[in-house]
Amino acid sequence: MEAGTIYITLAALFGIFMAWGIGANDVANAMATSVGSKALTIKQAIVVAAVFEFTGAVLAGGAVTGTIRKGIVDAELLSPTPELLVYGMLASLLAAGTWLLIASRNGWPVSTTHSIVGAIVGFAAVGVGIDAVQWGKVGTIVMSWVISPLTAGFIAYMIYKSVQWLILRHANPLERAKRYVPVYIFFAALTITLVTIFKGLSHIGLTLSVGSSYLLAFAIAISVALAGAWFINRIKSDRKAEKSQHFVTVERVFGILMVVTACGMAFAHGSNDVANAIGPLAAVIAIAQSGEVASQSPLPVWVLVLGGGGIVVGLATYGRQVISTVGERITQLTPSRGFAAELAAATTIVIASGTGIPISTTHTLVGAVLGVGVARGIDAIDLRVVGRIFVSWVVTIPAGAILAILFFFVFKTILP
Amino acid sequence: MANVLANIFGSSPVKPLERHIEVAYRCARTLNPFFNAAIAGNWEGASAARDEIEKLEHEADEIKKDIRLRLPKRLFMPVPREDLLELLLVQDKIANRTKDVSGLVIGRRMQVPEEIAEQFIEFVDRNIDAAKQARKSVRELDELFTAGFRGAEMALVESMIEELDRIETDTDNMQAALRASLFKIERSLNPIDAVFMYKVIELTGEIADMAERVGRRLELLLSH
Repeated sequence: MEAGTIYITLAALFGIFMAWGIGANDVANAMATSVGSKALTIKQAIVVAAVFEFTGAVLAGGAVTGTIRKGIVDAELLSPTPELLVYGMLASLLAAGTWLLIASRNGWPVSTTHSIVGAIVGFAAVGVGIDAVQWGKVGTIVMSWVISPLTAGFIAYMIYKSVQWLILRHANPLERAKRYVPVYIFFAALTITLVTIFKGLSHIGLTLSVGSSYLLAFAIAISVALAGAWFINRIKSDRKAEKSQHFVTVERVFGILMVVTACGMAFAHGSNDVANAIGPLAAVIAIAQSGEVASQSPLPVWVLVLGGGGIVVGLATYGRQVISTVGERITQLTPSRGFAAELAAATTIVIASGTGIPISTTHTLVGAVLGVGVARGIDAIDLRVVGRIFVSWVVTIPAGAILAILFFFVFKTILP
Repeated sequence: MANVLANIFGSSPVKPLERHIEVAYRCARTLNPFFNAAIAGNWEGASAARDEIEKLEHEADEIKKDIRLRLPKRLFMPVPREDLLELLLVQDKIANRTKDVSGLVIGRRMQVPEEIAEQFIEFVDRNIDAAKQARKSVRELDELFTAGFRGAEMALVESMIEELDRIETDTDNMQAALRASLFKIERSLNPIDAVFMYKVIELTGEIADMAERVGRRLELLLSH
């Protein structure tokens, strides 16, 4: 098992590095709005992000990890040569990491998910053979990359419209915000707890009946909403800073809601993106331990913990700076707008996580922000960036693939 | 390190537009100390006020340029970019007219005839009121963006614009009365001074006209 130890060590190193990068960069998207709107201090944001990224990764990250690990490459085809899958997964991690490094140096808005999926498809198609790729599944994944931002955009549009109708357009928006924001808090908490309970608890060995699952989710959501209502009632209007509509105080009420949706966003992010780092690692471990392409072996929980931990370390070391930088630049995303975007994105992402589809969390959030914009919620959106996202999209998949093929043949030559 | 989320937001023109009308209003407001000094024959005081007006007009110009630079065509906004630029243009004209009229008065060391001095100052103040009401309306822009240009906030701004219209009508009436008063005494004045006095009244009255046009532009924003 000498070679096996080397494989696992390498894969763990690459995986932790990826997780670190995800924590350092991508988490900022979930937390920056809350910090920018002063709903959370930077310290609170890091604690919240750490807790929910980690729980998201460990409780709801299993399905996507399964897809990355064994959903893209046809494992049956590789049974006679399991070492090829090991080389490929190592190459994919390295390729995605390298590409992300190049991209972030140049300021290209690339997605971790697109990189890793492109890389795996690349090594499998060229290194092993066109048939080694489960093209049907890959097609579904790629479709979801188009559908997920659209879905998030649509949900965000609807949510923000409802905020306009219920609260912002009335003569007494503060009163109405105090009445309706706890309801939004309830739904935000409900969505996240439902996904956690249905998708996550089995990982830690708990199984509940459908009825009691719903009961538990409702109980948790109601408690969160009540806690939110308590905080909201303590908010006093600052007469000096206000004009007749009290929008400054209204935004502070939404700030409480934003804390909840930020938790949801961190949770959703952890549940989908942790797979990019540890999916390949999980595949390598399974092969190295059993010596064969055992697609039936369960995902060890410690691998999820490792990924979640890596994200938290990235967040703690580097994420702090990114969060405050991004927070300063997205002040247009006030809590009433930001929560709509975050709740829409988080809902879309956790549904994808639940069904095991790796999507780009960042692009989903961008889709949600655009949805709020279409509802006339955002002062100015720079459409050039939206164009750049499409370009990076088209470039990232072949780039990840080519790098992965390169590394694959290098590993094939030098590794035992 | 570029972050997609951070880059997707263009710079919002809302706060800069509010800052611009603030400066334009403060510029117009300075006409009161300016004319009071000029009427009292205190040209030192009038020059100081004139310097202040020039400074504020310049500041408004700078903000205007800055806003234009930050509103490229590729921005996606809840209201058409052209309408915001038009609003900016008329806001800026409040400061421009203030500068023009004070320049004319100080350049010719013009004396407002004693008989109409009081009436004239009232007229100036009412024009300043119009600029103030324009400022009050434009300051609702951020609330309008928040409320999505509908509902109670829209009604609030509409009522502010109605008030602005009333003030502008006042200045029109006062302007007519003032011209009538001037007409009665014009034969006692130096003919050139009389002609320029009519000009001063006309230019001053344009401040309220521009303020009213700010209201019209805001209305256009509401109609989208």
